[in-house]
Amino acid sequence: MGAVAPWAPAVTAGGQESSSHLPPVLRESGQREVFCGLTSIVWLHRRMPDAFFLVVGSRTCAHLVQSAAGVMIFAEPRFGTAILGERDLAGLADANEELDRLVRDLLERRPEIRTLFLVGSCPSEVIKLDLGKAAERLNGQLAGRVRVLNYSGSGIETTFTQGEDQALLAMQPLMPASDEPQLLIVGTLADPVEDRLIDLFGRMGIERVRSLPPRRSTELPPVGRGTKVLLAQPFLSATARALQARGAELIPAPYPFGVEGSRLWMRAAATACGLAPAAIEAVLAPLVERGRRAVAPHREVLAGKRLVLMPDSQLELSLARFLHQECGMELVEVGTPYLDRQLLAEELALLPAGTAITEGQDVERQLERVRAARPDLVVCGLGLANPLEAEGIATKWSIELVFSPIHGCDQAGDLAELFSRPLRRRNLLQFS
Amino acid sequence: MELTLWTYEGPPHVGAMRIATSMEGVHYVLHAPQGDTYADLLFTMIERRDRRPPVTYTTFQARDLGGDTAELVKRSINDAVERFRPEALLVGESCTAELIQDQPGALAGGMDLGGIPVVSLELPAYSKKENWGAAETFYQLVRALLKPQLPPPGAAKPSPARWRQEGRRPRVNLLGPTLLGFRCRDDILEVSRLLGELGIDVTVVAPLGARPADLLRIPSADANVCLYPEVAGPVCNWLERSFGMPVVRSMPIGIGATGDFLREVTNLLEMDSEVIAAATNAEAEQRSRLPWYSRSVDSTYLTGKRVFIFGDATHAIAAARIASRELGFQVVGLGSYSREQARDVRAAAKELDLDALITDDYLVVEKAMAEAAPELVLGTQMERHSAKRLGIPCAVISTPLHVQDVPARTSPQMGWEGANVIFDTWVHPLMMGLEEHLITMFRHDFEFTEGHRSHLGGAPDGAGIEASGTKQPTTGAAASTETTTATAVASAAAGATAAPAAALAENGLHWSPDGEAELAKIPFFVRGKARRNAESFARAQGLHRIDAETLYEAKAHFSR
Repeated sequence: MGAVAPWAPAVTAGGQESSSHLPPVLRESGQREVFCGLTSIVWLHRRMPDAFFLVVGSRTCAHLVQSAAGVMIFAEPRFGTAILGERDLAGLADANEELDRLVRDLLERRPEIRTLFLVGSCPSEVIKLDLGKAAERLNGQLAGRVRVLNYSGSGIETTFTQGEDQALLAMQPLMPASDEPQLLIVGTLADPVEDRLIDLFGRMGIERVRSLPPRRSTELPPVGRGTKVLLAQPFLSATARALQARGAELIPAPYPFGVEGSRLWMRAAATACGLAPAAIEAVLAPLVERGRRAVAPHREVLAGKRLVLMPDSQLELSLARFLHQECGMELVEVGTPYLDRQLLAEELALLPAGTAITEGQDVERQLERVRAARPDLVVCGLGLANPLEAEGIATKWSIELVFSPIHGCDQAGDLAELFSRPLRRRNLLQFS
Repeated sequence: MELTLWTYEGPPHVGAMRIATSMEGVHYVLHAPQGDTYADLLFTMIERRDRRPPVTYTTFQARDLGGDTAELVKRSINDAVERFRPEALLVGESCTAELIQDQPGALAGGMDLGGIPVVSLELPAYSKKENWGAAETFYQLVRALLKPQLPPPGAAKPSPARWRQEGRRPRVNLLGPTLLGFRCRDDILEVSRLLGELGIDVTVVAPLGARPADLLRIPSADANVCLYPEVAGPVCNWLERSFGMPVVRSMPIGIGATGDFLREVTNLLEMDSEVIAAATNAEAEQRSRLPWYSRSVDSTYLTGKRVFIFGDATHAIAAARIASRELGFQVVGLGSYSREQARDVRAAAKELDLDALITDDYLVVEKAMAEAAPELVLGTQMERHSAKRLGIPCAVISTPLHVQDVPARTSPQMGWEGANVIFDTWVHPLMMGLEEHLITMFRHDFEFTEGHRSHLGGAPDGAGIEASGTKQPTTGAAASTETTTATAVASAAAGATAAPAAALAENGLHWSPDGEAELAKIPFFVRGKARRNAESFARAQGLHRIDAETLYEAKAHFSR
C-alpha cells in the first residue's frame, strides 16, 4: 500500500524545502474533504450583524449554508442565495437586471442592512458572472444607504476559512486612509477575547488598537503607514498583502494559540510598537504563569498521545505547535489545505524537526495512513468524525475551533480542553 | 434568478446521494467541485451515520478547469471501483459540473469496470430538486437492474392472490424509505409490524437497507406499497406497467388513513374477510391511544384551534386529515413544496374549503402563514423560522429536517404508534388548558405573562414565546421585547409590519385607544385573528375608526 511512509519522495520533488530548516512537506492531490469558502458566512454574519450575505449560485450553495447554519432558528435571516435558473444560464434573462431586482426585494424586507456582500460561487465563477461590476453598479444605485461588496467563496477557488480572507480583502478598499500610528488586529476574534486583548495591549501602553473585521460593517478601521498589522488568524494571505500594499507593516509572529504562541504574538506586537521590554514583561509574566497553570490538567490527559490533523482551516500548524509544545502531544501528521510559507514562517520554526506536514489532500490515502498509524486523536471535519469514531479512533471535530474563543493566554486552558474533552469522554463512558 | 433565504429541498444530486447512502453495495461517483463534500455531513451528522457515504467526489478546483477534467472523472471512477468494489455504480454531476459538460456517465459507459451495472444519472440541477433526484435515481437503478427480468410484452399480469395457489403468505415490497426522509427508520418497523399482524410478509424494503441483489427480488412480491410517493412514485408506476405489480397508494399516517391503508392492502391481496375485518376502524381505535386521548375532556380546548400546515405532499395531506378529523382543529392553511404531487394537495385542500398553497418560496409561505393567523403551525424546519418570527407555536411534520428530528427513541409517524407520537408532538407546543384560561382571566401577573407557556420551561420574561416545541439554544432576546408590549405581539401575530404604533391599520383604518385596549384583552394566540376580523368587518361596514364597540360587533358578526 506504500502509504505508510510517503513523505520522503515529495521532499525532493518539491525542490528547495530540504535546503532550509523547514520540515518536509508532502503535497497531495486527490479527493478533498473540505468546506468551500461560502461556509465563512456562518460566523461572519454574527460578527457583523448589520451585514447581509447574498450568495449568487445554485441550490447546492443555498443547501450548504442552510445545512451548516439552519439548526439555529432565525427570525431574520442574515444570508440568502440568488439561485441561478435555466433562464439565467441560457442568457434569456439579463443576469444584472435579475440581480438588481432581487437586491431591491431583499432590501425592502431588511431595510436595516448596511453592507451587502455579493458572494461568488462555483457556478457564478464558471459562467463568469461579473459580480464585481454588479456590486459597483448597485453601489451607485444605493449610495448612502447600503454598501455593496463582492468576494468569492467558491469551492474551486477557496477552502473554508479562505472565505473570510476574501471577505476582508473586499472590505479593504473601503477602509479610510490614515497614517496615524495604530495596532490593527486582523482576523475574526470572539467579542470577549477581542476586548481582553485590547485591554492588555492598552495596559502595556499601546493606545490605539483596532480590529478587522469590525463589529459593525460600517465602522471600518483606517489603514496607512502608521498601521502595524497583527494577524490573529493564519489564513489571511490576501488580506495581509493588500494591507501591506497600503503601507501597513506586517508584524511577523506565531499565532496567539496557547500560552507560548500568545506570548510571542503579544510581545512581537508590543516590540513593533516600540515598547520597552520591561513594560511588556510586566503584563505578560502573570498571564503566562496563569495560562500554564490552566493548561496543566489537560496536559496530563494529552501528554504522549499521538495526534493527526486533517486539512481544514489552515489553523492546523499553529494548533499542532501548541499541542506538541505545551501539551506534550506527538505529531503523527499535520495536514493543511494550503500552506503560506511567509505567514507561517514563525510557526514552522517552532515545530519539532521532522514533523510530517501535508499540503492538500487525497482523503482516501490519508485515511489509510490514519488507520495504519492508529493515532490517539484525529482532528478532522464532521464528514469524517463519526465514521472514524465508529472505527474506534477518537476524533476532535475541527470546525469548532473556528467557532470558539481560543486566542490568547487566558484561553489556552480552554483551547487545551477542546482536545482533552473527547479523550476524557471516552474514558468516562461505560455501558456495562 | 430566484431569491432564496431557505430552500425546502437540496439539489437533485443530494437526492441521488440519499439513494446511494440508504443502500448497501452501491457506490456513487459525483463530478463536483471542492466543497460539495459538505453533503456528507447530512448523513454523518443529521442522520448520525457511523460510515462515510459511499460517494466519491472528483472535487475539482479552479486550476483543474485549465486541464483535463474528463480525465479526472475517469481516474475517480477507476479508483472508486477498485477501492470499494461496488455491486452497482451510479455516476452523475453536481450543478457546477453540469456547466462544464464532461458527460461522466458516458465516460463510465466506455470504461472497463468488470461488468458491474453502471447507471448514468441525468439530473438537471437548475430545474429539478432533491426529491425528484431521489425518485429519478431510484427509478433508473431499479430499471437498469430489472431489465433482464422484464416479461415479454402482452404477458398476463400476475394475480395479486397467487400466494394462495402457491400455498404461502402474501408478501409486499415497501418502496420509498430513505435516509433524510422523515422518520423512515421507524415507519418501516411500524408498517412491517402492521402487515405482519395481518399475515402479510415484507419481501424487500428499498432503498433503505437494500442491496442491488435485493432489488432483483422486487418482482417476486404480490404488490408494492408506495410508502413515500415523492421517492418511489415513478418506480411503482414503472413496476405496475412493466411487471403488472399492483400498487398500494394510501398512506398509513393517522388513524383513519391507517385503516384505509390496511383495507386497501387486504382487499388488493384478496385476503379472507375476517382478516379484512380486522382492519376496521372500530378495531383501529383499540390499537392506538390517539382516539381516546383526543376524545378525553382534557382535549376539548383543542376544538377549532386554527392550524396552518405545510410540508411535502404526503405529510401535509396526512396532517390535514388528522388535524381536521382526528384532533378537531380547524385547518386554516394547507400547502406543499412538492410540485409533483400538487394535484393531490389541491384536492385535499378543497375538501377543507381551502386553496392549496403550492410554492417553494419560503417568503410566500411566511406571508400566507401571517395572513392565516394560526394558533399552531405544522410544517418543516423552515416553518420554525417563520413561526418564531410571528410568535406562533410550531411542530415539525415533514422534511427538510434537522438533527433533532432524527431522534434516538422510536418515533414513527405511520401506523398506530405513529398516531401516538403525533398526538404528543402536535399538542405539546400549545398552551395547556388551565394556563390558557388563567391567562385570559388575569392579565397582570408578574410570572405568567403574555405568550408565556410555562410547560415549555422558559423564563417568565418571554423566553416562553419560543416558537417551537423543542427548546432551542437561542437567546430569545427579540422575542422577549415582543412579549412585554401587547401591541407588538398583536401586530406580529397579525402579520403586520412591525410598526411601533399599531393604531393605524392598513387601508386608512384607525384604531381608537379604547379599541386597542379591548383588543389587548383578547388572548395573544387568537388576537391576530380578532384584529383581522375587526378590520375586515369595519371595511365591510364602511367604518374608518375601530373602537371597542366595533370589536364586539365584529365578534358577534363572525361568531359561529
